[in-house]
Amino acid sequence: MGISKTYQEINERIKSGEAVVVTAEEIIKIVEEKGIKQATKEVDVVTTATFGPMCSSGAFLNFGHSDPAMRMEKIRLNNVEAYGGLAAVDTYIGATQESESEGYEYGGAHVIYDLIDGKDINLTAKAKGTDCYPRKEINTYINIETINEAYLYNPRNCYQNYAAAINTSNKRLFTYMGVLNPNSSVVTYSTSGQLSPLLNDPLYRTIGVGTRIFIGGTTGYVSWRGTQFKSGVTRDNNNLPKVPAGTLALIGDLKAMSTKYIKPAVFEKYGTSMYIGVGIPIPVLDEDIMRQLAIKDEEIMTSIFDYSVQEGPKPILGEVSYKELRSGKIRVNGKEVKTAPLSSLKKAREIAEELKTWIKSGEFLLQEPIETFPTDNTLNGLNSTKKGAK
Amino acid sequence: MKQIILFDFPREESRHPIVNDLIKIYDLSVNILRASIDFNARGFLLAEIEGEEEVIEKAMEHAKKCNVITNYVESAILIDEEECVNCGACTAVCVVDALYLDEKATLQFDTDKCLDCKLCVTACPVRAIRDVL
Repeated sequence: MGISKTYQEINERIKSGEAVVVTAEEIIKIVEEKGIKQATKEVDVVTTATFGPMCSSGAFLNFGHSDPAMRMEKIRLNNVEAYGGLAAVDTYIGATQESESEGYEYGGAHVIYDLIDGKDINLTAKAKGTDCYPRKEINTYINIETINEAYLYNPRNCYQNYAAAINTSNKRLFTYMGVLNPNSSVVTYSTSGQLSPLLNDPLYRTIGVGTRIFIGGTTGYVSWRGTQFKSGVTRDNNNLPKVPAGTLALIGDLKAMSTKYIKPAVFEKYGTSMYIGVGIPIPVLDEDIMRQLAIKDEEIMTSIFDYSVQEGPKPILGEVSYKELRSGKIRVNGKEVKTAPLSSLKKAREIAEELKTWIKSGEFLLQEPIETFPTDNTLNGLNSTKKGAK
Repeated sequence: MKQIILFDFPREESRHPIVNDLIKIYDLSVNILRASIDFNARGFLLAEIEGEEEVIEKAMEHAKKCNVITNYVESAILIDEEECVNCGACTAVCVVDALYLDEKATLQFDTDKCLDCKLCVTACPVRAIRDVL
């Protein structure tokens, strides 16, 4: 009979300070030395982490009511537009929204960062004025202490694998995958590979709605599957996809976050984005889970997409392992090409260690998902059609 | 000796006459290469300083006491290690591998290899690389 543990058993061990917690990098060596069975017996929790740029990020804020009250419609935070289509003083500030005066060098991500940093933020708003909300204009300053709720909400994060990018054209390209020099001279990629959450739980057995996580330096939760959740892709013998697949929607309290784990990002001639530090613990429930956790960078493959192709599907120029990508050089169509990451492995390691400390100290318990994700989800594209056309 | 130094003035120190101190107190020769100092705003001053090595060091200590950050400039770029997240995006554009990630996934900069092309300045997503020369 195989080994099996429950969430309750693991949480009891965490509470009593006896839980054995290691990172998704450390587990690889343990399994190599002791084998799957013994590692499953000995280890209770494995921490995974990522620190990558994710455009689909933002924060919900509630400013509190002014006197006389106002139903804010056109809202600016440090001259960056925030959404005015919610209730009177609620808003959503999106990470990629650009400043109306400074462009993408200061965007929604910078506003969120400055909020976490405790800085004063200029709030201006306009409204038509109603009988119940007569005020038509406001120009004031807020900060993280003066506002009510402030929570980060990521409609999409933690991509389960992502494309590697190359540029076969003869022009330099400026993309969300960084600056891509021409003539296939560089391949960029974005992952924490063997440390990445969804590459360690590829079939979403323990990461689902309600999973408690580390986000931006505090506790948060997986709130839903992420947008563009595409679990129904071809997988290898280890259940791993070779193309972008599952994603997660995440939530966490902005007021408890740290600027150490959230950073605004600027991609030249593309726009603003945001680095978010995420850590997800995986309970070692059985040997199958351990088998997935033991997978190394050399076994995780991704596909190299040509970003110079702007219409139609981007051609795939080959497959490559993350070990090869991390080596700094790979071969693409017989040519030696330099490689460069966009997501910080160093930061991801720091987060995996930090989460390990939290769990070992007994302050962070594991939450079993309330609902798990489907493994057969597909995506729709967007057609440009006329009304009523089929 | 001659040394290029970048002085960073925090907002509240922009009125301090630091160049005056360097010349009058320390008798250093100061050749201002570039400067942007506005009242009540963060500013910088890039200067080539000439004088005895120990005297320059003392003058830099004096600047630090005045809350002015000093950086010795050895290449066209300056990496702010506090801001850098070690993502590696800058290494994508560095054709001579002057910028690279070491085995601990930490960014390293080899000033001898740098060609001063400054492509990394715009490639850095967290704007931790400054064009100083």
